[in-house]
Amino acid sequence: MQRFSLYQEEYHPSPLHFTWLEFKQNHIAVVGLYCLLFFVVITVFCPILAPFDPTLQSAGDLLIPPAWYSNGGISHLLGTDALGRDILSRVIYGCRMTFGISVILVILAMLIGVGLGAVAGMSEGFRSSFVNHVLDSIKAIPTLLIAIIIIAILGIGLVNSMWAIMLALIPQFVHQTREFVSREMKKEYVLAAKLDGANNIQIFFRSIIPNMGEALVVQATLALSISVLDISALGFLNLGAQSPMPELGTMLSEGIEVAYIAPWTIAIPGGTIFLMMISINLVGDGLRSALRNRLLH
Amino acid sequence: MDLINVKDLCFQEKVKNFIKKSDTVFNLGPVNFNLKAGETLAIVGENGSGKSLLAKLLIGLEQPSSGHILLSGHDLSKSSLSQKCHDIRMIFQNSNESLNPGLTLGAILEEPLRLNTSLTSQERNLKIEETLKQVGLMNDHKFFYRHMLSDGQRQRVALARALILNPKIIVADEPFAALDPSVRSQTVNLLMRLQRELGLGFIFISHNLGIVRHISDKVIVMKQGQVVESGKTDVIFNWPNDQYTKKLVDAHQALVNSQDN
Repeated sequence: MQRFSLYQEEYHPSPLHFTWLEFKQNHIAVVGLYCLLFFVVITVFCPILAPFDPTLQSAGDLLIPPAWYSNGGISHLLGTDALGRDILSRVIYGCRMTFGISVILVILAMLIGVGLGAVAGMSEGFRSSFVNHVLDSIKAIPTLLIAIIIIAILGIGLVNSMWAIMLALIPQFVHQTREFVSREMKKEYVLAAKLDGANNIQIFFRSIIPNMGEALVVQATLALSISVLDISALGFLNLGAQSPMPELGTMLSEGIEVAYIAPWTIAIPGGTIFLMMISINLVGDGLRSALRNRLLH
Repeated sequence: MDLINVKDLCFQEKVKNFIKKSDTVFNLGPVNFNLKAGETLAIVGENGSGKSLLAKLLIGLEQPSSGHILLSGHDLSKSSLSQKCHDIRMIFQNSNESLNPGLTLGAILEEPLRLNTSLTSQERNLKIEETLKQVGLMNDHKFFYRHMLSDGQRQRVALARALILNPKIIVADEPFAALDPSVRSQTVNLLMRLQRELGLGFIFISHNLGIVRHISDKVIVMKQGQVVESGKTDVIFNWPNDQYTKKLVDAHQALVNSQDN
């Protein structure tokens, strides 16, 4: 045993801390992270934060403009829509629906997709190439189109659209994991793990997963932004969330009718979706380069 | 008592083919040798002579088509995988590739212990520190990642990984090829010291006849899958029988002489 430590002042950050140190270097990504955390807080605490019931209609307050207009009021900070519902409360609940559902869908799709992809990546020969070609052809179709086809079979509604989007996201995860795993399986460190006596499952969880962070983050952010867009697009097309629900896409399609007299009814949910997408992509991009740099310097 | 005894080891590499059932493209062997504890065997030969294939057969990555490998008297093909991992360990040519880039050295070294022993996590930690010290690294290195190390240090980690299970035999596929001369001689000395201390059998593949002459007790010369000559290093270097061995030794002598002048 060493009797004394030569470099007392040197400390060894954990992999997670390493990633954070690298992530901090990218200021724009940090701004994106705060933005994303803001959405997470809203999603979790929306019943406390929202001033009104999002479906509460008050006949006296139709189309009140936001507070910064001269005829706007402080009680409805972001104004009301054509049915007198408070837009701030609706946007807060809309974040919960659009963002929260997207996160759940992406996590589920990732678990299923990575699992299937790992099995496909470890197998060889005809089965592997069959899976590969089928997934390649599915990947060529946009997810929204697949989701619409699935909805055409299942029928419209929020739960059906959730199923549809999740099913549409899975092939991308499968494809990417399969490619990654089959590439890594040829590398020497996997051979070394095999010689340590590891079976395929142990190789995947202990040797390959630690290297998969970057690839997973890229795919997960892509999937998250696709799923936010698809949920709101399906809501907008009246295929997903239905009218009284405070969903951002549904709010947009309701606002279209009064867009000329009350532009805030579409500008506010639209801006929220925009902000959501930007923060997701900034964080994803920052996280990816942080994970890559962690293993470079 | 021989540590390892290889009898008539043969291997046929076949290519699967739609028209004919199979085609033999490469024949290895028969290979015969034995090795006592603390001895070193070198395998030399031209590229494509089946040296690496022989190494793969020894560590159990490939199954021989006939013949036996006896490890201290027990047939290797009958022993379990974990026993194999325990007794025969491999060092790869490119130590950079053989270390997992996403894991710390501690995690890399812990893996074989976790899979093959029933040590608790504290005992594993102690063993890792002990092994790191054995190969001339520090405790702190277990927090390091692959990319933070130099080539020589990586080779030491590869050696630590092989040693950590207290193997009887280490098989190395060109362990010194990727190193520069000073690091190479460091690694050679380290290996020889550890071999003396631990009584390891060491089987290695090399193109460098200088190192072969320096550290090995026995040599196998291979050509196109066949053993052309085998025996004690002194005998082979001084009185080569086969034409091919003569050429190799002469080439080596010419190189040494030209360096002396």
